[in-house]
Amino acid sequence: MRLSPILIVVAFGCAVALPAAAQRQITGAGSTFAAPIYGKWNELAKAAIGAELNYQAIGSGAGINQINNRTVDFGASDMPVPDAQLKEHKLMQFPTVIGGVDIIVNVPGIAVDQLKLSGEVLAEIYLGKITKWDDKAIMDLNPNLKLPALAIAPVHRADGSGTTFVFTDYLSMLSPQWKTEVGSSTSVKWPTGSGAKGSDGVSGTVHNIRGGIGYVESAYATQNHLVTTQLRNKAGKWVRPDAQTFSAAAASADWGSVQNFAIDLNNEPGDSSWPIESATFVLLPTDPADAARSLDVMKFFDWGFKNGDQAAQGLEYIVLPKSVKESIRKAWSSQIMANGKPIFAGL
Amino acid sequence: MSVAANGVARRSSAHTAGDALFAGIARSSGVFVLVLLGAIILSLLAGGMLAFRHFGPLHFLVSDDWDPVQQQFGALVPIVGTIVTSVLALLVAVPLAFGVAFYLTELAPVWLRRPVGTAIELLAAIPSIIYGMWGFFVLVPIMGQIIEPWLTDTVGNLPLIGWLFQGAPFGTGILTASLVLAIMVLPFIAATMRDVFLTVPAVYRESAFGVGCTTWEVVRAIVIPYTRVSVVGGIMLGLGRALGETMAVTFVIGNADNIPTSLLAGGNTIASLVALEFPESQAGTLKLSALLALGFILFVISFIVLAISRLLLRPRQA
Repeated sequence: MRLSPILIVVAFGCAVALPAAAQRQITGAGSTFAAPIYGKWNELAKAAIGAELNYQAIGSGAGINQINNRTVDFGASDMPVPDAQLKEHKLMQFPTVIGGVDIIVNVPGIAVDQLKLSGEVLAEIYLGKITKWDDKAIMDLNPNLKLPALAIAPVHRADGSGTTFVFTDYLSMLSPQWKTEVGSSTSVKWPTGSGAKGSDGVSGTVHNIRGGIGYVESAYATQNHLVTTQLRNKAGKWVRPDAQTFSAAAASADWGSVQNFAIDLNNEPGDSSWPIESATFVLLPTDPADAARSLDVMKFFDWGFKNGDQAAQGLEYIVLPKSVKESIRKAWSSQIMANGKPIFAGL
Repeated sequence: MSVAANGVARRSSAHTAGDALFAGIARSSGVFVLVLLGAIILSLLAGGMLAFRHFGPLHFLVSDDWDPVQQQFGALVPIVGTIVTSVLALLVAVPLAFGVAFYLTELAPVWLRRPVGTAIELLAAIPSIIYGMWGFFVLVPIMGQIIEPWLTDTVGNLPLIGWLFQGAPFGTGILTASLVLAIMVLPFIAATMRDVFLTVPAVYRESAFGVGCTTWEVVRAIVIPYTRVSVVGGIMLGLGRALGETMAVTFVIGNADNIPTSLLAGGNTIASLVALEFPESQAGTLKLSALLALGFILFVISFIVLAISRLLLRPRQA
């Protein structure tokens, strides 16, 4: 009978649609850097918490816009929002995961994690003062390597990006000239070099140009097997970009010294700390209009903190230290209120 | 239908009401389009007013600074990039399009004309982001590893125009962006040229052949003067497309925030700058206002180009 296949399809469609219709929804928007892990946590957590996340990776700035206008339940930003703006828009912020930034190069004869660079030399390269790979400053750091007399082609992110903010913040810390001439932000006036759109643009451009150098999120570098470099950290030691050095930097940070978790994880002390990394933040309203949805959002991230570590590490993120997760739960209980009572009562 | 005194049939009142209703709907649709256009222009202008007032309209137009950290924004770099890439794209596309149209109308065997014509039109159907990706993954490495080093070594050493071809061979840059744009506007210009070449009355061409003109002389002396105005109109159409092209250019232009010193250097166009900077611009900031002001400037440039093309494409007086 020709009718029965149609009936089967309709019944199947209803069976699929009905449970989905019964799910509660939470919405978020912002950082593209954190989008993979929020998507993964959603996949794993939606059965456990009964709410499904609809996340739009439209960029940190747009995410901040959306949460200021309360068109989403939470915003996600790679750059911490200044305290005054948090107060003005009645938001609280907390970090979720941490990611490192790798330096990638394309120099003939240089293998993965072989080249050694320092923050000061990086700043000079991006300022346009060091123009060749066999410059004395680079040779001094790499006495055992044969460097060609090749022009350096610095590549940066053309689009506004949290990765640019982390990288320029690190350069500003190590180079006073960079700090005054260029500064740090999601988008800056680069003195030299070529721009590319997105991390894939940067890695593609560096791959195409002999002598290219660029900066990308470490997850990206690992998954695409790019040629990364070692860096000299604050303690003067040479470190490679891997999960161990990233975690060391996160662990040695003084989380208690900052307001609103706005920690700067660049240039952390410690012998094995990787110098360029940052947390990614989530912004929640302190006076939510819908207390149930706000609770769902906090349940989602609470699940991620309790059970999502393996998923995060699988995607090359670094998880927060346990003490920080506890402080975040305390902050939820004390800052997010409905009718004068905390919404998150500790789960 | 009732018949009036002078014998002309008049419609019944129900029909008149239906006519009036339809006329009203049609009229309001036309007005709606005008209102929508005006609203878009006004919202761009209103959004960009902050930047215009902060920097002064003239200073904003001629400033080549784009510094988000110091909050200094100027429109000169993207405007120069837009105009340079579009003009270069036309310089490459127009001769090619003329060649295609010439081949399709005069030289190609009849069985080949339809497939080649369809192939040209299919070029126009390719989405622009596909052009961007193709440009980035295929054209940029070729330019960076083969063509640009060759250009720097040969043409770059010539006395007058050498400075145009000097610089690090990034592969991306003004030249690559212009080539991608040329391929994108080629179908529009070629299709227009082919269509207007075919409108030349056969008697003109036949009589020219009859007095012994070669094919080239027929095209040069008869076809082109007859269709000159429409050809220029088609070129303006291609120019309009090149001015507004966003994604294809963003991938290959190299996104540098200074006036390009050579064709191999990177630059920015208005469309690519807005596409790159808009997601990270927060509402109410000076940067967002500068981007909206740039959008308004691009609208003005496109409007001027479109007005010229409409002027040139108006029906010929017999």
